[in-house]
Amino acid sequence: MIEVVDPGLLTTVQDRGRPGLAHLGVPPSGAADSRALALGNALVGNPPDAAVLEVTLVGPRLRFDLPTLVALTGACEPQVLETRELEPVACDGGARLYVAVRGGVEVAPVLGSRSTDLLTGLGPPPLRAGDVLAVGPEPMRPAPRAEATRAPVERVLRVIPGPREDWFTPGALGLLCEAEWRVTPTRFDGPELVWARSDELRSEGLVTGALQVPSAGRPILLLNDHPTTGGYPVIAVVHSDDLPHAGQLRPGDTVRFTAGCRSGRTGQP
Amino acid sequence: MRRAGDRGWLLEAESPLATAAALRAAFGDRLEEVVPGHETVLVVGDVPADELLAVRVSAVLPEGRTIEVPVTYDGPDLAEVAELTRLSVDEVVRLHAEATYTAAFLGFAPGWAYLTGLDERLVVPRRAQPRERVPSGAVAIAGPYTGVYPRESPGGWRLLGSADVVLFDPGSERPALIEAGDRVRFVPL
Repeated sequence: MIEVVDPGLLTTVQDRGRPGLAHLGVPPSGAADSRALALGNALVGNPPDAAVLEVTLVGPRLRFDLPTLVALTGACEPQVLETRELEPVACDGGARLYVAVRGGVEVAPVLGSRSTDLLTGLGPPPLRAGDVLAVGPEPMRPAPRAEATRAPVERVLRVIPGPREDWFTPGALGLLCEAEWRVTPTRFDGPELVWARSDELRSEGLVTGALQVPSAGRPILLLNDHPTTGGYPVIAVVHSDDLPHAGQLRPGDTVRFTAGCRSGRTGQP
Repeated sequence: MRRAGDRGWLLEAESPLATAAALRAAFGDRLEEVVPGHETVLVVGDVPADELLAVRVSAVLPEGRTIEVPVTYDGPDLAEVAELTRLSVDEVVRLHAEATYTAAFLGFAPGWAYLTGLDERLVVPRRAQPRERVPSGAVAIAGPYTGVYPRESPGGWRLLGSADVVLFDPGSERPALIEAGDRVRFVPL
């Protein structure tokens, strides 16, 4: 059992999310740094689909009813400890820290996932002081006693141009990849990516990692809790292997994009 | 066909519903997502482009269900819509309730279906200033679409009435009351 003494800034329950339901309007959700989720679960011997706590910037104060094996991953040096109390930890070098407990955080799954979806309200609400969360049964396999090292957060994200790069003036894609972009809570600040068209794009499906550009010309990165359809053109999409890095960006960070992958359209369906 | 990231493609489609149905039938679980839009279908998965391109789309749409939604036409925007369309309030209600709609695609929120088939006389723009709170079950129109708000949210559509229906129930076998391809009729109370 986990007692939430202080939830920190924003702490949610996350697992691998609910992919496969976008056609019903359900966002994929899930941990923003999927690698830190996987590492945390592995370090305490959980199966990869167990739920953990995702901490934004400042950690929670937690109490456990029994000595509990806990792993901290993400925006900190990975560590494993057996404890009855977790003191708040500040994120270091990233935006999100993950607290995996042996047995997993056992809240009721919604549509096959325990993830909090901040956009639609599906799943458990963010943690509040006084909440008590159950811990799942002891996994079959022992915790591995492995040493883990931290992967540095990459500040250059690979993008695949499109699907709507032709909605912009010819230089826009080059500008996206040349400029240094500053992370703000809502978008990337940098030069304006100018639309070549003045009409409105009809609503179309959106993938995680999409760089959506409203007419003001500054891109918005869609992380896991994103609307499933939208009408702003997407100039490029961050490579799925680089999304865990994108999930660790903090306001004030700078980032670059590089179009390392093949672009363009092929024939007609 | 356009790239949508390293695992996705955006296909332009004359009938997104028919294309989505054909892709699901051809590839099943090999496609993680198949998302129809207004004139596109987004697919995510590990199916190579040439296999996607080889799929034959049938001209005949799979038969959707028909869902009847009882509506109380008491929306706060009825008079304004009547004024914009130069119709009487009764005519607005009659035209809206007479049509049979098709759910073209879902998006914006879980269970939110964009319904097409709105009488052309009822095509009006969104409100210039969206409402901060539109109640769950509000029946609304904007542009060529009508729809029902699945839960309380901000919104700029024009509200014609209210329906006492659960559009999205995550605990249900079929969480969305209305799925893409379904037909919808509004029954005035």
